Amino acid sequence: MRIHSCHFCSSPVYPGHGIMFVRNDAKEFRFCRSKCHKNFKMKRNPRKVRWTKAFRKSAGKEMVVDSTLTFAARRNVPVRYNRELVAVTLTAMQRVAEIRAKRERAFYKNRMRGNKAKQREEDRKLVAENEELLKQGGLIPRVRPVANVVEDEIDENMELEEAAEQKEEVLVKVPVKRRKQKI
Amino acid sequence: MKVTWKDIAPVPNSTEFLDVVLNRTQRKTPTVIRPGFKISRIRAFYMRKVRYTADGFTEKLQEIVDSFPRLDDIHPFHQDLLNTLYDRDHYKIALSQLSMAKHLVEQVSRDYVRLLKFGQSLFQCKQLKRAGMGRMATIVKRLKDPLLYLEQVRQHLGRLPAIDPNTRTLVICGYPNVGKSSFLKSITRAEVDVQPYAFTTKSLYVGHFDYKYLRFQAIDTPGILDHPLEEMNTIEMQSITAIAHLRSCVLYFMDLSEQCGFSVEAQVNLYHSIKPLFANKSVMVVINKIDAMKPEDLDPERQQLLQTITAESNVEIMQLSCHLELGVMEVRNQACEKLLAARIEQKMKGTKVNDVLNKIHLATPSIQRDGVERKPHIPEAVLTMPKYDPNDPMRRKLARDIEAENGGAGVYNINLKDKYLLEKDEWKTDIMPEVLDGKNVYDFLDPDIGRKLQELEQEEERLESTGFYDSDDEDIFETEEDADIRMKAEWIREKKKLIMKESRSRKALRNRAIIPRSKQRKTLSAMEKHLDAIHVDHSELSERARGRAESRHGPGIEAGVDVIMSEAKRSKSRSRAPSATSVAPSRFDAGLAKQSLRVKADRIEKMHQRERNRLGRAGEADRHYTESMPKHLFAGKRGIGKTQRR
Repeated sequence: MRIHSCHFCSSPVYPGHGIMFVRNDAKEFRFCRSKCHKNFKMKRNPRKVRWTKAFRKSAGKEMVVDSTLTFAARRNVPVRYNRELVAVTLTAMQRVAEIRAKRERAFYKNRMRGNKAKQREEDRKLVAENEELLKQGGLIPRVRPVANVVEDEIDENMELEEAAEQKEEVLVKVPVKRRKQKI
Repeated sequence: MKVTWKDIAPVPNSTEFLDVVLNRTQRKTPTVIRPGFKISRIRAFYMRKVRYTADGFTEKLQEIVDSFPRLDDIHPFHQDLLNTLYDRDHYKIALSQLSMAKHLVEQVSRDYVRLLKFGQSLFQCKQLKRAGMGRMATIVKRLKDPLLYLEQVRQHLGRLPAIDPNTRTLVICGYPNVGKSSFLKSITRAEVDVQPYAFTTKSLYVGHFDYKYLRFQAIDTPGILDHPLEEMNTIEMQSITAIAHLRSCVLYFMDLSEQCGFSVEAQVNLYHSIKPLFANKSVMVVINKIDAMKPEDLDPERQQLLQTITAESNVEIMQLSCHLELGVMEVRNQACEKLLAARIEQKMKGTKVNDVLNKIHLATPSIQRDGVERKPHIPEAVLTMPKYDPNDPMRRKLARDIEAENGGAGVYNINLKDKYLLEKDEWKTDIMPEVLDGKNVYDFLDPDIGRKLQELEQEEERLESTGFYDSDDEDIFETEEDADIRMKAEWIREKKKLIMKESRSRKALRNRAIIPRSKQRKTLSAMEKHLDAIHVDHSELSERARGRAESRHGPGIEAGVDVIMSEAKRSKSRSRAPSATSVAPSRFDAGLAKQSLRVKADRIEKMHQRERNRLGRAGEADRHYTESMPKHLFAGKRGIGKTQRR
């Protein structure tokens, strides 16, 4: 019993899961699920399919070079059982996993460095370019040209008042009419 | 190389030959021709006939010539056999006559086709054709004798025994009536006629048998008389051919009892006279009919004579009696052994043998090389080990004994772990985990894992001290301004998406008729609403529009609210020519009892239009082709699904 890794997506394949294809040159291909099997049959290159581990590794999205990764390997030399050695191995496995997690986190952080500043810059640019849209949305208050208003204010006010008097009837009746039509 | 010629097609005689070819011409070429046809057509018609006939003759003749074996291509044995049976010269001449006839026919056809090219009339052409075909027929008629001869040869050739000159062969020869055929009959299943008179066997007979899982053929030959080669008849010559050409073991049969009618002296003489043919062959003298006369019983004079045969090297005398089935198998086996030995010896001389010998080279160090004797090594413990004895109480304990102690077969389960070779015995029963946290433990199992882990820890310490893991928290807390900008940017993105979506859905035609923008109606109130939404001051504009409407309908009329933009335009145009309106009543309002009814009429019109617009979609009268092969069902990659399930 061993946990194999999927030929396509490199995820672990536990005993009793997935499917295996044996080519006529006796090379085994294990797949974790039908999705991977189908993609393989379509002759897709796992390095070019974005959701696979192979893609992520080749695209620099995951840690590839690290000393923690050198611990696990299939060796061609069989090792005879030794209780002490296995005990050491088991503790080492846990410790390695711990260190690896830590390093992966550091790797991720390093990879994401500078993204926030870039995003902020983009936001700033977008906001600067779309002032009109913001005004329409009411996110920026509208500023009227002040000078004109002051000059004509008195006249306009007077006119408005007159107009209001004259058109009171009309203005009042507007909503009524509209409602009728809608009905 | 071919050994049998059973599949030669029958050779027709000359009249049949003619019939077949001429008939074929008549059937396969056009038959209707008239003098009124174009002369080129008439010429082509007859030329075709002549050519076709000639082709028929040549094809058939070539077929016959090809189907017979060429004497130069076959094994010398068959060459000689054919020569004795059918006479080499006669055979060759017959075939060459056929091929000569073929040439002549071709020539005649060429000549007459050339003449036909200049034929002036149908009659002339026909005469030329007749002459040409007549000449061809004459040539073929002259082949009467060779064709007859070849047919006979074919029949005889088909019945010849299939003698393979290259396999393991025993040739049985001797005087007539000495028991050759009965020997063949007793060792094989061949149906040979055995009769008590001389020359019962008149041709070669073949029988097959197996010895040491190998196929052998035994050839029974007609009897030979002791006279010079030139005087031998066809029957005897067959024997001579077989003896001379087959790489075989020759069994020379003798009858000491002289029941065959030939004296012992004659038989010995024959042996000596045909001895030259036995060169490079293994020979055995077989004395038959020992039930009647044994060689020991011969008088010394004749025995002396017999000894002259064995004086030669490589010849041995064997005895048998076909009548009593005595020594038949011994003779056969001895002959086969001899033959096999001779064949291997011959093969060893050839060049091909190296390929085989290289494969089976067996190296044995010779003691003479350094004088050291190399004996097999047997360990001391094995030599001193006491012999196992089941009755001895101190005997070794076997697995079987352990099984018996623990409940016998079916109950006892053998403990395989017992045989493990580990440093400490107590570890034997340990169960090692195969998997830990989704990892194969065996992949990590490495004798220097301790050292590697230590190195890793050191590296880790170093990294920590150099600050590899220190997170330079790039501003976790953003300023208020940044937050505001981020919020606004998000809003803008959202809004833009919406705008894009809206515009797309607007543009999508979905099978509706297009109404041009200029014909689309928009109410003032809708416009006002939009302007309000985008915070544009529209008071002036609305006022003016409302004022227009009022002035048209007269003050006090309520209908001025939803002034239609297009109407506003119309009123504008009307105002451009006021004189005209004052003179003639507006056609727009014509037919209305009251001006106020205009609104109602508009409403009714609109209602009617609404239905029509609604139905103004693509109807059955519209020109429309349904797609026969919808592209989305037939083109493109399938993705992960199947072709049927889309």
